[in-house]
Amino acid sequence: MARQAHDYDDIPGTYVFDAEKSRQGYPINMFCMSLMKEENRKAFKANEAEYLKQWKLSPEQTQAILKRDYNRMLELGGNIYFTAKLGATDGHSFRHLAAVMTGSTQEDYAAMMLAGGRSVEGNRSKSGRFDPKSSRAKKSKSPSNTRSKSRTKRG
Amino acid sequence: MARIIAGVASSHVPAIGAAIDNKQTEEPYWKRVFSGFDKSKEWMAKTRPDVAIVVYNDHASAFSVEIVPTFALGCAAEFPPADEGWGPRPVPVVKGHPELASHIAQSVILDEFDLTICNKMEVDHGLTVPMNLLFGSPKEWPCPVIPLAVNVVLYPPPTGHRCFMLGRAIRKAVESYPGDLNVVIFGTGGMSHQISGPRAGLINSKFDKAFLDNLTKDPKKLTRIPHLEYMREAGAEGIEMVMWLIMRGALDDEVDEVYRFYTVPASNTAVGHIILENRRRAAKKAKRVSPPKTKRAAHVARQFVRRSAS
Repeated sequence: MARQAHDYDDIPGTYVFDAEKSRQGYPINMFCMSLMKEENRKAFKANEAEYLKQWKLSPEQTQAILKRDYNRMLELGGNIYFTAKLGATDGHSFRHLAAVMTGSTQEDYAAMMLAGGRSVEGNRSKSGRFDPKSSRAKKSKSPSNTRSKSRTKRG
Repeated sequence: MARIIAGVASSHVPAIGAAIDNKQTEEPYWKRVFSGFDKSKEWMAKTRPDVAIVVYNDHASAFSVEIVPTFALGCAAEFPPADEGWGPRPVPVVKGHPELASHIAQSVILDEFDLTICNKMEVDHGLTVPMNLLFGSPKEWPCPVIPLAVNVVLYPPPTGHRCFMLGRAIRKAVESYPGDLNVVIFGTGGMSHQISGPRAGLINSKFDKAFLDNLTKDPKKLTRIPHLEYMREAGAEGIEMVMWLIMRGALDDEVDEVYRFYTVPASNTAVGHIILENRRRAAKKAKRVSPPKTKRAAHVARQFVRRSAS
């Protein structure tokens, strides 16, 4: 069955963790959940590909995990609260994951947050229909990051 | 009769908990956040609730994707802090109030809110961070806590309207409890934030400030915000704000806003906080004006100790 269309598909740069994603991503999230235990973290780090075999992951899901492609994991049904456990197992801060997911550096991401975060302007919808200035509607898939670039760093 | 005297809303950013646990609260970045809760701690110390109901969400700690209850009420005698991957937070075990909790469960289920009952549950930063922000870091939490975990992780969470009506039902339940208890209810999470995907880092202060304004003045307007609007305007995880509406639903229509604080950012999140008091509270307080004799005796004793020490 083809994926059902949803109103929230129009939000750019966002993977909504709905029933379908939850079903698809069940193995990813259960694998991540297993990393709550120290012995499992050790087993995973010792032989990642071998450890992943027990979770009935699809080949794409396995690749996304091995490559630490966090957006791809979300696309394939992972949820951020679960995938963050993989990041923690690697000893990464959440800022590292945020930088990976937004295609930014940790420094730029942190500077953007300090400057007030990513603006909602231009980031409401792919179609641009919710942006006040709809003449500037963007069809771009990746959300804009203009605020952090146009502002000087504070603090 | 038990009564809800006030509501508190607060973000529950995990990094705030980490800053407390790693003793970084005096660093400039964190001081900006924590100083916003100084007055709240004073207010809480004065208010001294007998019980706190804390509405929060679990972050893949007590519930994985195996079981996802929409509303889960903690009826246990105690709730240990969960190991969120770095060991449990060094905070006291949260003591429950099983009698009031089961009374609430019975009452709201008969009011057609089909809660999940949890007689064993660990609680994560979603609950303990707001507790720290309002109670500080004592050796024991000063009052029993009834956790109410709401699913906001698997879409769709309950609607804002449903949350508000659950708040109403909780208030009715509390008011039909035979014990004489003053109850404070917490709504936690939010405000605007998105922590996943290429749009991570989204903040919308305009949305947040309007939400805070309406929380006091026109909460019914907030109950009509559709999920799409929360996600679009306040970020995918901004949808947590529906939990604030449970708190608001449990209060009077007319409330006094006694305190508000807002700052951006803490980690990835806009930190919002508000304290709302029921007006009836003043009348109830008036009855308790003269301090009980034991308290007075303790005061006299303290004065005496102070004098003899100097």
